[in-house]
Parts: sequence; structure tokens; C-alpha cells
Amino acid sequence: MATLSMPTAVAAASSWGSELLLALESGASPQPPLAAARQRAARALADRPLPSRRQEAWRFTDIAPLLAITPAQLPPATTVPATLPSVTPGVVRLVLDGHGDPLAGVSMPAGIEAIPAADLEALLQESSTDRGEDRGANGASNHAAARAGSEAPWSGLLAAATAGQILALRVRGVVEPTLELVSDAASAEGVMPLRLLLILEPEARLELLQVHRASAASLTTVLLEARLGAGARLSHGLIAQGGGAAVLLADLAVEQDPDSHYAFTSVVAGWALSRLEPRVLQSGGGATTRLRSLQRVDGRQIADQHSQVRFEGPEGELDQLHKVIADGAGRSVFNGAVAVPRAAQRTDAVQLSRSLLLSDRARIDTKPQLEIVADDVKCAHGATVSRLQSEELFYLQSRGIAAANASRLLLRGYCGEVLRELPAAATIWQPLAMVLAEEAPRP
Amino acid sequence: MIRPEAPVLLEIRDLHASVADQPILHGVNLTIRAGEIHAVMGRNGSGKSTLSKVLAGHPAYTVTGGSVTYQGEDLLALAPELRARRGVFLGFQYPVEIPGVSNLEFLRVATNGRRLEQGAEELDTFAFEDLVRERLAVVQMDPAFLERSVNEGFSGGEKKRNEILQMALLDPLVAILDETDSGLDIDALRIVAGGVNQLATPGNATLLITHYQRLLDVITPDYVHVMAAGRILRTGGKDLALELEDRGYDWVDAELAALAPAPVEVG
Repeated sequence: MATLSMPTAVAAASSWGSELLLALESGASPQPPLAAARQRAARALADRPLPSRRQEAWRFTDIAPLLAITPAQLPPATTVPATLPSVTPGVVRLVLDGHGDPLAGVSMPAGIEAIPAADLEALLQESSTDRGEDRGANGASNHAAARAGSEAPWSGLLAAATAGQILALRVRGVVEPTLELVSDAASAEGVMPLRLLLILEPEARLELLQVHRASAASLTTVLLEARLGAGARLSHGLIAQGGGAAVLLADLAVEQDPDSHYAFTSVVAGWALSRLEPRVLQSGGGATTRLRSLQRVDGRQIADQHSQVRFEGPEGELDQLHKVIADGAGRSVFNGAVAVPRAAQRTDAVQLSRSLLLSDRARIDTKPQLEIVADDVKCAHGATVSRLQSEELFYLQSRGIAAANASRLLLRGYCGEVLRELPAAATIWQPLAMVLAEEAPRP
Repeated sequence: MIRPEAPVLLEIRDLHASVADQPILHGVNLTIRAGEIHAVMGRNGSGKSTLSKVLAGHPAYTVTGGSVTYQGEDLLALAPELRARRGVFLGFQYPVEIPGVSNLEFLRVATNGRRLEQGAEELDTFAFEDLVRERLAVVQMDPAFLERSVNEGFSGGEKKRNEILQMALLDPLVAILDETDSGLDIDALRIVAGGVNQLATPGNATLLITHYQRLLDVITPDYVHVMAAGRILRTGGKDLALELEDRGYDWVDAELAALAPAPVEVG
């Protein structure tokens, strides 16, 4: 891209989205409830410019790796993942490739059922992501993405406009097994759009582990919309293991009713470009939200997380920790928006961003963005950027631990603070090895 | 225990060292034989802690002259981790907190490194747990501390006990304890000092760095050295510590003045 003049680059960029939509139109049309939703999203997408660094939300994030992806859907044959670890006891795995029915041949655990087409139509009507609408534009809606923030993110819109399938599940009561949603683009090249909808009824409990993997020039684009009824608890882990030129765009729109608990822990490493947009809306306040994230960049990778948490009622709680390991010439971007309007009195929100800089060429941009209107609140935020502490290294060395091992031990400790909050079923995906595997300098 | 025929473990000769280009040590001489307990006393800034950091190999300190021989080998040529594995232990004045690294795992990795050097077998998780639980008794430490991150959120006394626990596991030949008594209440001091006494054998040696007589009430030193201006000004028996307690350090200034001109860098 660097050699192209600016106007050509813009032309190439705007044609990328339309090429993808064109390629998808020629394919099989989706199930009826989704077809209309997809059309709405495609129209909204056509009205949006492609992200560029001229937009505030993409100021630090160069989408060149995205434009390098072939704008066509991954064929089903090449997306069959042969390299997945075997399913552990206590886990129900659904494999997503954007084509086949992930529920085929799987016996769902008690408490989880697929949402029938008739109900789905109404739910999709409510999704403002499909229309790319602003938060609050559809005040009557009770659906997450409908009110989930500022303008619905481009990445969510892209997934909505391109997904030919939706996995829509309703959860009642306490679900014992962990639900594992897995996609692996492996070495295929192209685009894998995935759309997920989760409705947790009041008092429902679910442990969800979302895993995305890719190792070649592919785009995995995910829109997850989740709604937690009163008293529901969702423990949500996301492990994203990229490689090579792979790109991940994930829009996670979660709406919480009062007294619900949402815990989200994400671990991202290895993608040429990744962007995670967790957007949590506490529709009436009074809920608890716990966000933990760890991202590692190396080589020339870019990892971006834009999170949004909005309290629309009193006594909501947020505890957010974002951690970064930046090596090589990698770039890490964090933007953490927290909105506490007048209605959200007695909100208790803590946001901390901690970055570890392992190389002089790496770059970290971290920005808290607190909008606090309510006057009786506790809101704290902080950001640190540091190197491995030489006193810690010396202490370990003075106990006989060689410098390289000492560094590794310190890095493990640094990661552990986030990794230990993943659902227990995450172990089989070896998240620590995934984050640390790239310690060796890249060619 | 002074035995003139005991083997020399550590031999410090005319040691000069600086930190950030600031000379601190101006020719330290000290011979430590197996079985001996030495105490180094002196005011803040006299070079006591620098001596301990230099012996352990802290990268911020540069040796500008002299030599340190450990069991006949050039100690200064060894990386810090090799010094530790061969049996030189530094108990830190301010033990470092390491969030996210389990104390138990840290102790096991450290212990196994030392055991390999001693020609012993590495201990697996289970065997190590047995050993560590036995050694916890030396400092009357609660096993709950094993599950926590290294020193994280430990009180001053708990950190110092953790240092002595590490000493108990690493079985050093020369233990240098840098103000292990600082920040301890009288009970914690007794426990920590009791641990040091239990670990002292005719085969190893201890170098205590301290400001106060109260540690030496519990651990009886064979030699007391007074450091000032980066060198050892006077050496005596345990009575010298009592004399310091009595007279303070003013006489040291007088003696230093008599040595005028002020120390200059040699070479």
C-alpha cells in the first residue's frame, strides 16, 4: 500500500467493501429472517465510508492488513478445522464456519435452545447494528445493539451485512457445561463472517468460551449480540489466536438488565490486525460488569481494543483491566469509553490500562474516555506503560534463576492476572503458550 | 565459631566499587572462614549495602578494583544466578514484590537450580511441597504464603521471613543478610534471628549487615566490623558492637579525620 498514491488508496479501500458485498450476493441467500437483516445492514454499510485514520475511532489503526484480504467469502471446504484440540469433558463445542449448521449433530445441553425463526425475525428487527444506527436512536427497543453506544461500529455492520447465517440461542436456568464457539480459518484465504445472538433469560447462568483462530490472509468478522435478563450471569471468555496476515474484527454488544453479572475476559495474540469492540450497556444500572483483556503484539502487528460501557441507571459497577505486551514493531491501541449519565448515580467504575513495552520500536496508544455527568459516583481510571522491572529481574537472578527464565517468569506473572479469569475450559487452548510463543524475534 | 584451620569460603581483597560513576567502596578487605558469623555495622552511606549488592552481582554496581574469591574461584566473574546456585545468598533489605508469580513455584525453581549445582536431584512438585513445608517451620511461616504471589502484599515481617525461608531452601555456603532486622517488631526479630541461628553450621558462614545491637543479642557474631567511608575501619569481637551501642559512631568520625586526607580513588 505504501507505494500507492493517496487517491488510489482511497479508491482501493472503498471498492474493497463493495467487492465483498458483490461476491456474497452471488452466493446462496441466507435463511429468510436473516436475509432482510442482511439487506438492511448492507444498505447501511454502503452509506458508511471505510474506516480510515482520518476518523477519530480509527486514528491509530491502519487497516492496510484488511484491504490485503481477498474480498470473497471463505468456501466451506477449506474451513474445516483439522487442528482443533479434542473436546474436553464438561464442554459442548459448536464449530462455526459461516456455512454449515453449527448445531447439526450436536446434542445441546439442558437450558440452551435454538431460537425459532419466528422469534428471530422480531429480534433481528430490533437490532440497530443492522441499520448502523446511533445509540438511543431506537429507545423503544430492548435489544443490545439497538442502544449499545454511539454509532454501531463498522466491524459489526460488516459482519451483519455479510453473515449468511446466525447462531441464535436462548438460555434458561443454570447451564452446566461450558459452551464453546469455535472458528478456525486455518490457512484459507478470504472472509469468514459470523453472527451470534444470545438471550439469557432472568436468572440464567452460562459459561461461554469463544475461540477464533486463523493463520493466513483471512478476515474473521464477528458480531455477537447478547442480552442478560435480571439476575442472569454470563462468564464469557474469548481466545483469539492469529498468525501471518490474518485479521480479526469483533463487535460484542452486550445489554445487561439490573442485577445481572457479565464477566468478559479476552486474550488476543498473533493477528496482523485485530480490533475488539466490547460494548456493554447496563440498561437500568444496578448490574456488575467485569472486563479483563490481554493483548500481545509483535512484528508489525496491530491490536486494537475499543471498549464502551454505558450505565443508564443507578448503582452499576464496572471493573475493567486491560493489559498489553508490545514487542517488535507492534502497535497496541486501547480506547476505553465509560459513560455515566445523570441517571447513573452511585455508579462505581474502575478502569486500568497496563502496558508492558518490550521493544523500543513498539508503540502503545492508550486512552481512557470517561464521560461523567452524574455527581454522586466513584469513577477511577489509570494507565501505566512500563518495562520489565530490573529490580524484579535481579531478585529472581539472585535466587539462581537465569535472566531469560526470570524474564519469562515475570511475563507469565504479568499474563496470569488476566488468564486466570478465563473459563476453566480455556486451558486446552493453551492461552499462555499462545501469548508467549512469539517471544523469539521474528525474521 | 572461630577455627583458624577452617577453610576460607570468601576472601575480599581491596575491593573498590561504584554506582552511577560514584565511588562507594574504597578498598574493603575481609576473610570469611567456614563456621564464622560476621557482622558489618556502620552508618547509612558507609557502604554496607553496596558491599552486599556487589557480592550478589547487582548490575547497577561496577567493581573498579580488587578481587573477591569464593571457594578459590573468582566470584566477580560469575553471573548473579551462578553465584546463587554455587551457594552465595543475599537476603534483601527490601525484598521485591513480584505480582502474578506464585511464591511456591518461585521457591521450587530456585531450589532446583541450587540442587542441580550441588549434584542433588531436582524435586518434583510433590517432593518439593514436602520439603518446603518442613522448612516453613524454621521461620514459623503460614503455608498460606506459598499460594500467594512472591512477597506481594506481605508485611515487612512476612517478607523477611520469606527471605529466611529461601535461605533455608537454598542451603547457602555464604549468606549475606542485608538489614534483615530492619522493620521487624521484637517477636518477628526473634523468629527471623532464630531461623538464622538454626541454619548456621560449621560448614557455612553468615555475614550480617545491621545498624543495631538488638539483632546481635540474638545472633552472636564471631567478628564485628565497623564500616565507614567505603572501607572496614575496625574489626573486633562481639564487644565492639556493644561499644558502638554505648558510644555511638562519633569516634568513627574522629578516626576517619585522623586518616585524612579523605579517601581518593586508587588507580
